[in-house]
Amino acid sequence: MGHFGMQIQVRLFAALAETAGTRAFPLDVPAGSDAGAVREAVQAHFPQLRGLCGRAGIAVNAEYTGADHVVKEGDEIALIPPVSGG
Amino acid sequence: MQSGAVLIQLTDEALDPAPLVESVRTDASGAVALFYGVVRDHNEGRKVLYLEYDAYRELAERQMRLVADEIVAAHDIERVAIAHRFGRLEIGETSLLVAVSSAHRAAAFDACHAAVDRIKQTVPIWKKEFWAEGGVWLDGTPVDSAGESPA
Repeated sequence: MGHFGMQIQVRLFAALAETAGTRAFPLDVPAGSDAGAVREAVQAHFPQLRGLCGRAGIAVNAEYTGADHVVKEGDEIALIPPVSGG
Repeated sequence: MQSGAVLIQLTDEALDPAPLVESVRTDASGAVALFYGVVRDHNEGRKVLYLEYDAYRELAERQMRLVADEIVAAHDIERVAIAHRFGRLEIGETSLLVAVSSAHRAAAFDACHAAVDRIKQTVPIWKKEFWAEGGVWLDGTPVDSAGESPA
């Protein structure tokens, strides 16, 4: 996307990964996008995730963040479905 | 004396409680509380055949350490160790171990209980349940930006 875009890495887990059929992929988003915009872009890329993304939290570079966190070129953005460990 | 979180482990191999107990026990310990989470053969009226755990490994390890630090800060205890398994687990296998040492038993029990609750609320690990006719990722606790579950 050249000067006005940037590439980030997306990671998916559990039901999100299974439904999308992938656990990790690069995604081009506009420069200056925040994490919430990335979550929207992931849903646009994989419409089948629409129902699942609403309750997903977000982590940037393996740290939980809010949807308003501005992401940078090369960042790793993970969508975190409701957790069920233990 | 070393204090706080002494052993944090996320692995796809069988969990062994002995190293955790050994890592938390000190000569000042009067109690070690050890919790096992184990895979049971039923859930919500269905027969469960096995579980598959997924994990965001980098964040899960970080979050397990945060939980341990938080528990040490909030309770009158000595040390905490946490181990979680991922991958396929059969019925009866151990998915989670939490060991807590303290001078007296009450604090160890309380802190161990609190640690297990926090792990289940904030650590990015997921379980899928498999039955004879299929399987499903279990619904869990949404995490917010601080890694907290909304109250």
